[in-house]
Amino acid sequence: MTSTQVSAQAPAPQAPRARRRRRLSRFSKRDIVILAVLIGIPVLLDIALIWGTTLTSIGLSFTDYNGFSSPHLVGLRNYHEIVTIYEPFWRAVRNNLLWLGTLGLIATPLGLLLAVLLDKQIRFTRVYQSIFYMPVVLSLAVVGFIAQLVYSRDYGALNSVLGRTSDPIDFLGDPSINIWAILAAAAWRHVGYVMILYLAGLKSVDPALKEAATIDGANERQTFFRVVFPTLRPINVIVLVITVIEALRAFDIVYAVNSGRNGLELLSVLVTANIVGEASRIGFGSAIAVILLVTSLGFVIAYLTQILREDRQ
Amino acid sequence: MTQSTPDQPLRLASSTVSRRTMLRSTALGAGALAVPGVLAACGKSGGSSGSSKTVTFGSNYSDAIPKGGLAAVMAAYQKSSGVTVKINTQDHNSFQENISRYLKGNPDDVFSWFAGNRMKFFAAQGLAADISDVWSGLSGFSDALKKASTGDDGKQYFVPIYNYPWAVFYRPSVWQAKGWQVPKTLDDLMTLCKTIKGAGMDAFAFADKDGWPAMGTFDQINMRTNGYDFHISLMAGKESWTDPKVKQVFETWNSLLPYHQQGANGRVWQDAANSVQQKKSAMMVIGSGQIAQSFQGADAADLDFFPYPAINPDYGQDAVEAPIDGYMVSKKAKDLSAAKALIKFLASPAAENAYQSVDGGNIPTNSGADTSKFTPFQKKCQEYIAGAKQISQFMDRDTRPDFASQVMIPSLQSFINKPSDVDSLLKNIDAQAKSIFATDN
Repeated sequence: MTSTQVSAQAPAPQAPRARRRRRLSRFSKRDIVILAVLIGIPVLLDIALIWGTTLTSIGLSFTDYNGFSSPHLVGLRNYHEIVTIYEPFWRAVRNNLLWLGTLGLIATPLGLLLAVLLDKQIRFTRVYQSIFYMPVVLSLAVVGFIAQLVYSRDYGALNSVLGRTSDPIDFLGDPSINIWAILAAAAWRHVGYVMILYLAGLKSVDPALKEAATIDGANERQTFFRVVFPTLRPINVIVLVITVIEALRAFDIVYAVNSGRNGLELLSVLVTANIVGEASRIGFGSAIAVILLVTSLGFVIAYLTQILREDRQ
Repeated sequence: MTQSTPDQPLRLASSTVSRRTMLRSTALGAGALAVPGVLAACGKSGGSSGSSKTVTFGSNYSDAIPKGGLAAVMAAYQKSSGVTVKINTQDHNSFQENISRYLKGNPDDVFSWFAGNRMKFFAAQGLAADISDVWSGLSGFSDALKKASTGDDGKQYFVPIYNYPWAVFYRPSVWQAKGWQVPKTLDDLMTLCKTIKGAGMDAFAFADKDGWPAMGTFDQINMRTNGYDFHISLMAGKESWTDPKVKQVFETWNSLLPYHQQGANGRVWQDAANSVQQKKSAMMVIGSGQIAQSFQGADAADLDFFPYPAINPDYGQDAVEAPIDGYMVSKKAKDLSAAKALIKFLASPAAENAYQSVDGGNIPTNSGADTSKFTPFQKKCQEYIAGAKQISQFMDRDTRPDFASQVMIPSLQSFINKPSDVDSLLKNIDAQAKSIFATDN
């Protein structure tokens, strides 16, 4: 403790070399040990939990490992089978894309719209905020259970509301519509999430900007799209990232509804079903996981290059 | 910290201390974070070590009535032996889906499982304890039951508690009122289905949201069309799924599908069974153990069944599907002798009687069990199984678990959605079957 104190308060006139050595010695041995431990632990955890598992998955994806007997290399066979004969795969890809599209193109703009409306200090704005934000505090698994109560063919509320009790629509069992029913439930939750983020962003927009735009003769729409929206850029980035993450990690809601089968396949579900299910096709499931990883990396790389390019400008 | 006033120069000493303190507390924090991990790692192993009087039991008896039955069995054991059995109940489907991880992780000493291939698979992986020594002291089990409890290496890994027949279940009072006769052949069945539809009811209650119930209908039609031997051989991956014989099964099924309850993929079997009880559907292909749960109290007497109608006269109604449920000891059991003592009790007539006192939908496997209180329904189930020429287990017990869960569940669900496209479906099943059965266990 004292050495640091002394070195820090050391008188100025010193040779540059000596000073540099002194500066180095500001860290005592104990400091260095502590720092090494503090940096070392996260690095080791990162290597073990992130890199280790990722590389293991990639390695296993080229084997027929089943969790019991020793794995054999099978080359690209798992990948070949996934894209050729594993029927649920393409449905899962399509559903993940639908998920991304629905959250990105419908739920997110809707959340923005609600945020803008609620930002106008209309009456009962707090009440509306609470109502729209409510679903966000529910886990998606719970949303899945609620969805079943609403959509069930035999006792669901929606068929009663639509008056189709004699010829009910099978919202959850019909694979041509069940993904839309589930997306509506997922979007219901996403809208509130996006709304709160934009609401926070809108509150921080300098009112002077809007005033200036009004003085310059901009109408309300121009003010929003030319002035307010560009200043929300940090929020936009966050919302974009959240939307992509939500679309790729979607799992719990379909798992709660029907274990992610029969039209509700998602890549994450296929990974889980193959690896941790009774099937225990770990090699095969790892190959799907690697495909999901590569897809995610595509988004991450695109996003990072965009950010870095803008930072450089 | 008090040095917030800007004019007061920052005292380095105190700042050093505060940095140190912060570092130290961070380090402590990291340590604290690591501790729960260590605790968790040894968490489950505590509790029942040594000669303590507790055995843990992993149960998939999550439906209310079987759960009560199991509780009665364990209470009886506790009373007779003084050993406490800690039952860890998991949802039935989740238990099955997680079984590999469960057995490789920290399994309970004794756990509920299924006979046949499904038991052999895990025995072959070395996850179950050999209980041949327990078996040498058991009585009351037929050779067929012993065979169903024996692994590929000739040792026993399983004790059966009960089995139950799959058949076509219906409410006799409804059928009598309508004047419907039990169908003996496929033609009878088709005619009857049309009559039932005309009466404004669904002929067959049908559900496949869970993925497995539709397998039962496939098994029945396949064994009636192509016989038991072909069915078992198909399940073992020794036949081609593109064989015209298999196509015939799906075509027969397709002709019956219009008389099945619609929207099966969105319905759980419990709701389908209830629709028979509520007189909305006329009959259901299901196990007696399942549908009996919907017929409690006064309704229990109004439940009957008939074997699935004959399709190919060569095979008639010879084969009966009667899955056997029972128990196994995990390889990692903390106290092997205590676990074996429990499983020995579970194989006894006393355990069977305790179970039957709560759940009457199943048939005890031990011939020493008390059948004097059997209802006519239970007697009929027992005689049906006893009179079988061949007994199959169930698709997901007669074939590999990965094939059943990853190929057949999605495939049967797509068949229900799009029954017309059988050719491409079978081609796809065949390709996946070839790939899965080519890999060793």
